[in-house]
Amino acid sequence: MRASGCSALLIAAFALAAAPVGAQAAKVTKYQKMVTEGSPAELYELVGEDLWKKKKGPKNASLEKCDFGKGPGVLKGAYAALPRYFKDSNRVEDTESRILHCMMTLQGRSRKEALKRPFGNANKPSEMEYLTAYVAGQSRGYKMAPGMSHPKEKRAYELGEKLFFARTGLYDFSCASCHGEEGKRIRASQLPVLSKPKVAGPVMATWPAYRVSKSHLYTMQWRIANCYRQMRTPSPIWGSEVVNAMNMYMTVTGKGATYSGPGTKR
Amino acid sequence: MTMKWMLGAGIAALFLSPLVIAEVSDQEVQRVIKRDFKAKGQAKMDRLDQDVVQQICTQSRDKPSADVAKALESDQLKAIPFPSGSLMGNWKKGGKIAWSGKGMQWHEKTSKPSGGGCYNCHEISPKRTSFGTIGPSLRAWGKKRGSGADVQKYVYGKIYNSKAYNLCSHMPRFGTTGTLTEQQIKDLVAYVLDPSSPNNK
Repeated sequence: MRASGCSALLIAAFALAAAPVGAQAAKVTKYQKMVTEGSPAELYELVGEDLWKKKKGPKNASLEKCDFGKGPGVLKGAYAALPRYFKDSNRVEDTESRILHCMMTLQGRSRKEALKRPFGNANKPSEMEYLTAYVAGQSRGYKMAPGMSHPKEKRAYELGEKLFFARTGLYDFSCASCHGEEGKRIRASQLPVLSKPKVAGPVMATWPAYRVSKSHLYTMQWRIANCYRQMRTPSPIWGSEVVNAMNMYMTVTGKGATYSGPGTKR
Repeated sequence: MTMKWMLGAGIAALFLSPLVIAEVSDQEVQRVIKRDFKAKGQAKMDRLDQDVVQQICTQSRDKPSADVAKALESDQLKAIPFPSGSLMGNWKKGGKIAWSGKGMQWHEKTSKPSGGGCYNCHEISPKRTSFGTIGPSLRAWGKKRGSGADVQKYVYGKIYNSKAYNLCSHMPRFGTTGTLTEQQIKDLVAYVLDPSSPNNK
């Protein structure tokens, strides 16, 4: 099914390029439907499941007892309930940060080793990308409900909101410079207004996401860092308070949407 | 104002508005940013130092008071080194600079010239159909306004430092930041204004 899904996808993409203008809208709808139904993101989930159960690190342990806040090993609905505050690490963590936490605590791995290559590519996806896809997939059908009560969760939201509107970097951009007004594009790419709940919901409910144009699945840590790259700032540190706060702001803004990822994007 | 009154107000604020107390200050945001980013490639940490324009636009959410905007725009304008003579370069070269979105990112080399990335946000020549819409359309801009010295100066200045004309514009300051050279900006001016540029056909 998966292989046929992929080839059907390609055929649809070619058909789309060749379609006359009149038939374009119908083809686009069909393409989007096919892209969603036969998503290669499923492959990432499957590999991620294997890696989740594999013993690794100095403690020769799997990640199966990782606690996302619903008890050790409970993955159902876990992604949809993040970011949130964790008492054991005394900080707000998103899914990726929590996976790192479990690699260090359960498997005994060093932060440096575990974070050697958080972002992969089509030829060689990263362990973190596989694992994030697997964990996220266990939240399909759950409503997005990040932590909003602990003072550090409130701080993360406020910090994220401030960051969203902060002018920075060589080009003076804030996130709102591009994602602040409805109907705007960068070249041909539509820009979601992530400060609006009805826009942020469907966007946040479909990350991580497989990008057809790159043949690869990307995570939210990547998405945020890559925006900053284009904003011509230095590099945000993986899993830092800045990145997790941005994630918190956008997730809280889109809360209540039903998680349906890992998604597929153009 | 007595000490007692101030104390009373302070205590009232403590109980009545926990949100105000929890608010993350702009200073705190800057502290966290400087802690949570690292220099990478050509993108050094000094790019995170907010200048007065970025500060004012951040604090006012891009809606500065008219007085402040006017004063700061004037300062920005004074700092633009306008070259003497014609500001119209080569529109063909300008077209390439307008199309290229490369340059100044952490993974890119500084040895190669940057593009202006104009099409990221503006419609210009009808020959380019993939354009963004964050900025206004520049289609036939020169045809409508001519290409006299004042018009050239305005376009040159706007590309060099957009904040001199609209303090919280979302357009980067391509000259001030060293992204584009004087000659590149002149080539872009020609791409927008030159009667023989496809933009004005």
